[in-house]
Amino acid sequence: MPVALRRVQIAFCCLAMIFLIGPTIVVIPISFSSANFLSYPLPGFSLQWYEKILQPQPWMSALLNSLIIGAGATLVSTVLGTLAALGMSRGRLPARSMILAVVISPMIVPVVISGVGMYFFFAKLGLVASFLGLVLAHAVLAVPFVLITVTATLKNFDVNLVRAAASLGASPFHAFRTVTLPLIAPGVISGALFAFVFSFDEVVVALFISGPGQRTLPRQMFDGLRDNIDPSILAMSTLLVIISIVLMGGGALAQKRAATNRSTANV
Amino acid sequence: MARAMTSVVFPGPRIGAADGRPGRVSALATGFRADRRRQTIGSLVLIGPLVVFIVFAFVLPLGTMLFHAINNPEVRNAFPMTLASLEDWDGMGTPPDAAFDAVAADIRASADPKTMAEAGRRLNYEITGFRSLLAKTVRTVRKAPEQPARTQLLAIDGNWGNPAYWRVIQRNGTPLTAFYLLSAVDLRPGENGGVQMAPPEERLFLSTLMRTLTISALVTLICLFVAYPIANAIVAIGGRLSAIMLACVLLPFWTSLLVRTSAWIVILQKEGVVNRLLQALNITNAPLELVFNRTGLYIAMVHILLPFMVLPLVSVMKGISPSYVKASASLGAGPVTTFLRVYLPLTLPGVGAGCLLTFIISAGYYVTPTLVGGASDQMLSYFVAFYANTTINWGMSAALGVLLLTCILALYGIVGRIVGIGRIVGME
Repeated sequence: MPVALRRVQIAFCCLAMIFLIGPTIVVIPISFSSANFLSYPLPGFSLQWYEKILQPQPWMSALLNSLIIGAGATLVSTVLGTLAALGMSRGRLPARSMILAVVISPMIVPVVISGVGMYFFFAKLGLVASFLGLVLAHAVLAVPFVLITVTATLKNFDVNLVRAAASLGASPFHAFRTVTLPLIAPGVISGALFAFVFSFDEVVVALFISGPGQRTLPRQMFDGLRDNIDPSILAMSTLLVIISIVLMGGGALAQKRAATNRSTANV
Repeated sequence: MARAMTSVVFPGPRIGAADGRPGRVSALATGFRADRRRQTIGSLVLIGPLVVFIVFAFVLPLGTMLFHAINNPEVRNAFPMTLASLEDWDGMGTPPDAAFDAVAADIRASADPKTMAEAGRRLNYEITGFRSLLAKTVRTVRKAPEQPARTQLLAIDGNWGNPAYWRVIQRNGTPLTAFYLLSAVDLRPGENGGVQMAPPEERLFLSTLMRTLTISALVTLICLFVAYPIANAIVAIGGRLSAIMLACVLLPFWTSLLVRTSAWIVILQKEGVVNRLLQALNITNAPLELVFNRTGLYIAMVHILLPFMVLPLVSVMKGISPSYVKASASLGAGPVTTFLRVYLPLTLPGVGAGCLLTFIISAGYYVTPTLVGGASDQMLSYFVAFYANTTINWGMSAALGVLLLTCILALYGIVGRIVGIGRIVGME
């Protein structure tokens, strides 16, 4: 490519990066404002908004609810998704494309439709406004992410290792626990991470099926944005950005480990 | 799986005459088939729990939702005798006295006040004013039923003499209805069995559908034109700069949607950073309206969906060997020809996957349009939620859901046929 054109491209990319990252960063200082309006210049420095979000009501209880529901949804979706990924990777499956369509359908259907459906159906079962209902709803919507991530890891997994374990007398379960699981662990972990982030950020289903007792963090933010927006939302946002940087680092680490495992496994 | 394989590699005692015929080959074949079967059963056992879970927590809810689009129980529950008395009525003129008597009898017979209220709400969808007419009638007839019922009903409201009202009751005696689905595309059941366009002031959803598709298409197009150079730079430049760019694309991906949406609301408001900057640079004198309208919606949606376009493009571009481009150049093609005839066609699978993903996510988007868009920028998903939550018109909510889902599945079908669904979601 001509050098001039490449320069234009790089300049364009820099602008795009500012577009991508800028907004999140630009609003962070406002969370330290001593005033309750949301614009520059700031009249003074204060930690009042951080004090406010550290109060039990409404922010910390919402955070706790989100963590509980996220943990539950992650557990359910990771276990079921990993088992299914193992099953799908063994080949020789009747109606494979049909099964594939069913298991990834929660990802394809717009979440508003899923949310309304769960609202109708869970109401009949008494699962609306309950932790269990929200955990199941988030788990089923997150499971395709786990499935896809673990399937991708299994593609690079050498089946001969399991055969070797079996020929040495290991039971299938023992072989799974001591050979397969440690090798696919990075994939499982990043799948679980995806599932947790999904649940932690999910608001639409929560709007439909959570009651006042299960108010999650995204729902609290959604209501705040719609009704009365003040800098405490930006203080919470800042904390969430820090959390997401940590999670992103964790994801990158898991992927790096997956790559290392792959190269050692292929030796 | 391991068990199955070892028994094929090291044939055990099953070698012999499993199918009654001697011979090593057929015995091996039988053993192999049995192992395959066992392997299949093992796979199904592993997948089973997930399938059961998805059917319970997703397929059944979705089915319930879709069923509401055609479910029509209200009038049948409230007016069984009336419907029976209207069975032979030809729809012309006022119905016989027996029908009036049956209405009064049905009103007196309905124990649960909700039954009549639901029927009133249902009939009101088709003729505005039916709900209050029925409520008034129920109140009066319950208090002091009079004979003949025809005189009393006509005294309560002259519309009981209007055949159109009776025809609506008669038509909704069926357990299933096409009314909501027709309404979702601005049609109404016609008077003589056909369909007709809804009155102009009630035409709402076709324009909403068009708006949904237009916004999604434009967002997808903008994302494609912004993402393509970025993805190319990430792959082509390499080194630290690439890593930084990739991190910049991934960070929003991992950041809460609501964090990003709130950031845009703050930045784009009248006193926000963007307006201050534009005024400081003397580009505008007065603050621009950038949020709670279409402009803000496009900005926020492109920001949120850009990673979904960049990532598939990066993964496809990574697989393109630079020697293709070099070969093209060495054969005398200029940069433009090389790009159009060599590089671009090779990236098309990524373009297809990225566009599909972006388009579908934006077509079903709820959170950002609700918070950042104005009243006239709302898309189908907003109305799905609105009818379910605010007006409790579940049938309409479900029918709009069917409309949205049909569009999305059609798109998956088309692109899936070209690119392959497994490839789009990254499973093949």
